[in-house]
Amino acid sequence: MSPTENPPLSAYRQREQSITLAAVENPPPGGDGDTTQELLTLNFGPHHPATHGVLRLLVTLQGEIVRDVKPIIGYVHTGIEKTAEDKAYWKVIPVIERMDYLSYYFNAMAYCGAVETLLEVDVPARGQYLRVIHLELNRIASHLIWLGTAALDLGAVSIFLYCLRERELILDLFEMSSGARMHTRYFQVGGVIEDIPAGFDRMLRKFLDVMPGRADEYGAILNSNEIVLQRLRDTGVLDAQSLLGLGVTGPLLRAAGNPWDLRKADPYSSYEDFDFKIPVGTVGDNYDRFAVRLAEIYESVKIIRQALDGLPEGPHITEDRKVALPPRHELATSMEALIHHFKLVTEGFRVPPGEAYYPIESPRGELACFVRSDGSSKPVRVHMRDPSFVNLQALSHMVKGSYIADMIATVAMLDPILGGIDR
Amino acid sequence: MPDATGLELLAQELGDAAIETVYFRERATIVVDPGQIRSVLQTLRGRGYTFLASLHGVDHYPEEPRLGVVYELLDMSRVDRVAVKLRVTPATPEVDSVVAEWPTADHQEREVYDMFGVVFREHPDLRRILMPEDYEGHPQRRDFPVGGEPVLFTRDEAKWLEHRE
Amino acid sequence: MEVKRDPLGIAVDPSTLRVGGLNAHQLLRGGELEGSNQPAHLEGEALEAYVQDRILTTTLDSAVAWARSNSFFPLAFGLACCAMEQFQTAGPRMDIARFGFEAFRASPRQADLIILAGRVSIKMAPVIRRLYDQMLEPKWAISMGACCSSMGVFNNYALVPADKFMPIDVHVPGCPPRPEALMHGVLKLRKLVQDDPEAGWRERYDAAGTEEQP
Repeated sequence: MSPTENPPLSAYRQREQSITLAAVENPPPGGDGDTTQELLTLNFGPHHPATHGVLRLLVTLQGEIVRDVKPIIGYVHTGIEKTAEDKAYWKVIPVIERMDYLSYYFNAMAYCGAVETLLEVDVPARGQYLRVIHLELNRIASHLIWLGTAALDLGAVSIFLYCLRERELILDLFEMSSGARMHTRYFQVGGVIEDIPAGFDRMLRKFLDVMPGRADEYGAILNSNEIVLQRLRDTGVLDAQSLLGLGVTGPLLRAAGNPWDLRKADPYSSYEDFDFKIPVGTVGDNYDRFAVRLAEIYESVKIIRQALDGLPEGPHITEDRKVALPPRHELATSMEALIHHFKLVTEGFRVPPGEAYYPIESPRGELACFVRSDGSSKPVRVHMRDPSFVNLQALSHMVKGSYIADMIATVAMLDPILGGIDR
Repeated sequence: MPDATGLELLAQELGDAAIETVYFRERATIVVDPGQIRSVLQTLRGRGYTFLASLHGVDHYPEEPRLGVVYELLDMSRVDRVAVKLRVTPATPEVDSVVAEWPTADHQEREVYDMFGVVFREHPDLRRILMPEDYEGHPQRRDFPVGGEPVLFTRDEAKWLEHRE
Repeated sequence: MEVKRDPLGIAVDPSTLRVGGLNAHQLLRGGELEGSNQPAHLEGEALEAYVQDRILTTTLDSAVAWARSNSFFPLAFGLACCAMEQFQTAGPRMDIARFGFEAFRASPRQADLIILAGRVSIKMAPVIRRLYDQMLEPKWAISMGACCSSMGVFNNYALVPADKFMPIDVHVPGCPPRPEALMHGVLKLRKLVQDDPEAGWRERYDAAGTEEQP
């Protein structure tokens, strides 16, 4: 028979066509419009492939619609702030870096900034530019993991591997400058611990040439993926006013239309020298959050390029020997250098009594460090105001009334890092 | 940060609620009376500080009153920060919760309760947030021990083997 | 609760395995090994049968062990910073799929290897124990990173070393361990499962009796 004729229907197809989807005659209790429907409380336990880290969500469901979400946290509480009280100021840096474990340079920056404020120590220009380079590289790395895991949650599995490939390049750069891939202790009070080696410039430029093209690829894959678009558009909407009331900052706030970015509003560490834009969304849904973070990758690349081009000569750490270790070649010739080195390594520097609160713009929002000192060589209180901890409160407001799948997408776009939430 | 004179003007506006002002390294702190924290924050909101950036606790041990709560406020239009501080004793740890006007205080007050033991009146759901629900003690107080495990070295093997039996 | 240190039952007494192998030599040469329960003098047919018996059993066991060791299904379980390096191990550069371990299962019922990546807080310990109990035998555990192997950087009230509540087969040190280090740990576990545990440096430096086994 020719292809245009309809072939005779098989028995199965005939049976299929004989079934009519009529209205259900006796609907079970709890159908649409029934106000006494049973609510089911489900536990998205701490171990769940789609909660980023050990986040536990108690979800109250009506069918598939989320009526209430209660996040329960504390499953990776490490007592970082308590541990930090026990250590000399420079020894706190490795401990405090492990808090928000994707943006380790930012943790160190906030803490070092707070201690530098208390000490009234100036960071030399080269140190500031190097800090900016590493901070923005860390921002890109954090956004890459966010993108990979978020796409993984939405079902686009291959993006995860692509993002990890790019992150390997960034970790190679970190390894080049400081010796470690993560938690590098590169930022010290007064600057950075070491100058960048020869070859870092070249490798970084190679990375900068490659990165925008890769970000284009990710955008192209996800923006033409109908499933991702349908899951992200118009889901998890919350307006900027509610977000401000909830204390939310960072890409979440910018996606809702408020262009608040501490790098522009209250520049620190010579961010005012760089020319970059702040991506701002319009609707405040999950798609805007995704687009804002993706656009931030391009802006970070721009910042790094400007910083690299304009990298000033000079010391990479403050010359104040009471705060920063002297360079090793001086130890052979200068007695004072030896004494300073000894004092700094054994006891550490003493910080005048007072309190400082140093806010910076981390990939998730306003990350700030509160340090209280009493004149000794150990801090009395170190508190990190972590953005994810505060942003998590917005989750229940964002997902009330939407489906579970939208809740998963919202958690992915919220970018919570449990290390920062639980500290 | 408001400069020192701006800080004094703010404190005057708060009247008798403000106990002390501290201006150190360009950071303005107002120490207020714990009973009036809600009205203080409302007044400051009226003056433009509409964003509560952080709510955290400090332990001033051994000075009394030792439990402090710090409220970091931010004025986004003028990029101005001011900190409000209150101090309570462990014997009278009650403070009014500000969740009604500042929804961001929800989890943060729970954390201060968990770590320091400051009880926030009228908080919708005051229970431990970071430690297990049935934990006893407030870990971040200065007199709470850091804790931890002794490091098990092989040379001490005989000692901890006999502990096991 | 009682924790079984040897769920497979393969290496009931590590000394007899080697001794078993040696014993065949000894048997063939007619010697006797003290303290063993093997027949000392076998001749001819009995000896042949005895040796054939051993060879077949060992071959089946080792075939099963080989299959198990080359198809670990790790549990997708990341706690903190080590999880980031665990991702990188599964990433394109240090590809864990080369060895066949890329099937990270979400459900503990389907997994046989739990890589504890990150710091274990006291709130999380019972949860992990429950997950470990839900895994089916045979199962192995790798403690990745300093925090779960010992207390790591943070020796304080909030953390528990994983040894306190579950048996761990391989500890991988590092903070966080590089993907190469994690891979080394996984491959070491693989050798362990293949019934060929490397004593490592203890062999090289003749420090055979210094293990921390009770």
